[in-house]
Amino acid sequence: MSTHHFIDRRLNPKGKSLANRQRFLRRARAQIKDAVQKSLKDRNVSDVGKEHQISIDSKGTREPRFVHSQSGGTREHVVPGNSDFVPGDEIRKPRSGQGGGGKQASQSGEGEDDFQFTLSEDEILDIFFDDLELPNLVKTQLKEIKTFAWRRAGFTVAGSPTNLNLVRTMRNSYGRRLALKRPSADEIAELKARLFALEAKHDPSEADREEIVRVVAELEELERKRKWIPYLDPLDVRYNAFQASPVATSQAVMFCLMDVSGSMGEREKDLAKRFFMLLHLFLKRRYEKVSIVFIRHTHEAQEVDEETFFYSRQSGGTIVSTALEEMLKIWHDRYATEEWNVYVAQASDGYTQSGDAAHCVDLLQAKIMPLCQYYAYIEILDEREMEVFADEETGAELWRAYRLVHKRWPNFATKRIARPQDIFPVFHELFSKESAER
Amino acid sequence: MSLSSDKPATKLLFEDADWDFPTLSRVYDAIEKVALEDLKLDVYPNQIEVISSEQMLDAYSAHGMPLMYQHWSFGKIFAREETMYRKGYSALAYEIVINANPCISFLMEENTTTMQALVTAHAAFGHNHFFKNNYLFRQWTDAEGILDYLNFAKLYIAKCEESYGHEAVEEILDSAHALMDQGVFRYKRPPRLSREAQTERVRKRLEYEAERFSDLWRTLPKSEGRADDRSGGDDDWEEEARMPGLPEENILYFLEKVSPTLRPWQREILRIVRNIAQYFYPQKQTKVMNEGCATFVHHYIMHALFEQGLINEGSLLEFLHSHTSVVFQPGFDDPRYSGINPYALGFAMMTDIRRICTEPTDEDRDWFPDLAGSQDWRGALKEAWANFRDESFIQQYLSPKVIRDFRFFALHDEENEPVYRVSAIHNEQGYRDVRDALATQYDLGQIEPNIQVVAADLKGDRTLRLKHLPNRGRPLHEGMKIQVLRHVERLWGYNVELATEAAPAPEDE
Repeated sequence: MSTHHFIDRRLNPKGKSLANRQRFLRRARAQIKDAVQKSLKDRNVSDVGKEHQISIDSKGTREPRFVHSQSGGTREHVVPGNSDFVPGDEIRKPRSGQGGGGKQASQSGEGEDDFQFTLSEDEILDIFFDDLELPNLVKTQLKEIKTFAWRRAGFTVAGSPTNLNLVRTMRNSYGRRLALKRPSADEIAELKARLFALEAKHDPSEADREEIVRVVAELEELERKRKWIPYLDPLDVRYNAFQASPVATSQAVMFCLMDVSGSMGEREKDLAKRFFMLLHLFLKRRYEKVSIVFIRHTHEAQEVDEETFFYSRQSGGTIVSTALEEMLKIWHDRYATEEWNVYVAQASDGYTQSGDAAHCVDLLQAKIMPLCQYYAYIEILDEREMEVFADEETGAELWRAYRLVHKRWPNFATKRIARPQDIFPVFHELFSKESAER
Repeated sequence: MSLSSDKPATKLLFEDADWDFPTLSRVYDAIEKVALEDLKLDVYPNQIEVISSEQMLDAYSAHGMPLMYQHWSFGKIFAREETMYRKGYSALAYEIVINANPCISFLMEENTTTMQALVTAHAAFGHNHFFKNNYLFRQWTDAEGILDYLNFAKLYIAKCEESYGHEAVEEILDSAHALMDQGVFRYKRPPRLSREAQTERVRKRLEYEAERFSDLWRTLPKSEGRADDRSGGDDDWEEEARMPGLPEENILYFLEKVSPTLRPWQREILRIVRNIAQYFYPQKQTKVMNEGCATFVHHYIMHALFEQGLINEGSLLEFLHSHTSVVFQPGFDDPRYSGINPYALGFAMMTDIRRICTEPTDEDRDWFPDLAGSQDWRGALKEAWANFRDESFIQQYLSPKVIRDFRFFALHDEENEPVYRVSAIHNEQGYRDVRDALATQYDLGQIEPNIQVVAADLKGDRTLRLKHLPNRGRPLHEGMKIQVLRHVERLWGYNVELATEAAPAPEDE
């Protein structure tokens, strides 16, 4: 009797709430950022990009309403489940607002001080890398072009059908038809109608017969003309033309130098690797075209691929300058031109063969720093050392030497890491936009 | 058909847990037969839509409506629900039903066939009957117009965002949402949403405004006829009475009409928010009845299907399993306790009305002389569904037996005492007190603070005065109060003061 319909909506678009979700994230941006930074502290670097649940302070996303306060005044609560109370019994009130009545427990907007929800990978990374950048990325040039942008460049007579410019084509066709006086369909129809009328006559007069002959001849002439003046000629056809034009790009290379010598324990190596993983993730995400060169060193240095850099184990003595020399070699071989923005990140425990630190400083001062955009040195300490070297000026040989370089070159940064939770803040400091401006 | 004749004759509608649309249709027809011919329900035409869990989450976040304007608060609900669901803290609802004509029910695709039957009976007949017949819904909401209106609201707000920027629109919506509870008429019947007329009126006004807009207007001296020549086209409210009668309980309405600083599109947004608040107002007042009605109906129908041999024992057990968990009421000292379960209370009271009609006890004859033994429980229930809201329903129908079954007791809570006092339990002396107290607990007038506009000094410094009339000395939540007042000030544009009417308690700061 009454009509009913089942409608299958399962294939309808999902994600209707996406726009609202983005509005919410925008609204709570400051709090979410805080929460992400905080939550990243205790995470493994390789997990950084994983989906993650965070909880934020509800400030800024509160929805206040006029509601009664939890206590005060006189009220009556009715609750179920009486087992042994009789009228007149007294029950001690709970200290905080979580009343025995429980009646007001869920007024909207209340009790939401910690708001929990899940952020996706992309959202996390966007937020974490939000205000980070490679400092002093300046050498923008047009040589060694790798990217092109397609631009409109007028019209051509040849091209693929998808680029056919219909308006142009029809305009040409129309002009040509007008110029060559192509008979229109109307003209022919008119003549045909006349011929038909003449032929329909019972007993045509002489004049009529002549007329018929004339009309037939005229018709033939028109048809012939129509044939050799086509409606659409290949000559008319035009295509939109596109030209590839070069786009200015900045070329940058990041040298990652890591000490894997015997003095670096498992813990130190792990910290260094975590730092480079984060750096790697950052560059991959934000600077697609940045080349990354991985160099590891003991008493000798070698360039390795990503896999080896992060996962292989190797040990030996320590000569830091070998890494710098290896880097300079690669630099001259492959990145010698003026167009490259060169970045270096170096991680070490600060111990090197005696006398080598001075050599490092010489190399830096003479060859590296003048051409380098930014040099970040991360020293990995253990926690005890971190306490001993609380002062910036004290430290192992390499640290003290590097402090000298730091004083002379503002784009030479030094930082210390002792615990996994230091990695994110240090990374943030090294690459935050403000420090880049300095 | 010829194949089925070979099989032993079976009347079963389905045996599989997996459903398909022909099965759903057969089940629907069987349910409809019971609902209309046996229970004699009166329903809007049904439109039943099958959706996925993701779409259910989408629907959740916007008050369960299929259409809604965009606002970050819906995104917030979505983010929370999604997390809860994915972590397994909460299951999704089996259905959502919308008070509209035709009545739209959403069923989840994950439901088994039995669950689809249960949900169809629950939503498409139980809730549907309640929406169509309850006096609050009949008088205060417009089932015909709501979807058109929401569509209008969505487009209008999107257009405002385009013209005036996200931030400006968000500000107004934030402020309007803060006053949503104070944006309904409680006693005066609101005007119907006039859909096309409404859209047309607004569209014309906006176009007129846009055409006539000229920056020069601002520099012209004010014309004499109009003290307040804002943007040319808003003669609508100029002509309406400038000042609604005071005091006014609908603060949003008052601000929409009288605020000295709002622009026409901002007034229209306030109007949209309060119309939506008004639409949901009856649902807030009938949670127990609405769910009780739907639960009673699905319970009756599923049993009827079983008795007719249309569903098998397996389905019946599956149904009972989910039914009993829906109507489960833990005691106050149970860790699972989170207030009175409206499904449990509503279902118990309605089942009890049936019992009173068919198998009354002496006690029932004392308490409900008109109902007891009347046998016409269908009529009795339909009358209750049509003419009551939670508060009056409990006041009228809560029987001693239900009080005993729930072991209800009343606690008296005096501000300055360190203890609650048990004031009434389920005994002869206590029944009426428990009933009164429980009914009051469902009175929105008691739950929501009573705040009114009492004065607006339009000629002087334009201070808006609000008054809180405390109920039995209960103060407002102070932190929230300050925040909401900031929103009122944004909408009013000038100073706003909220006074609490003199009460013995010193909660007035």
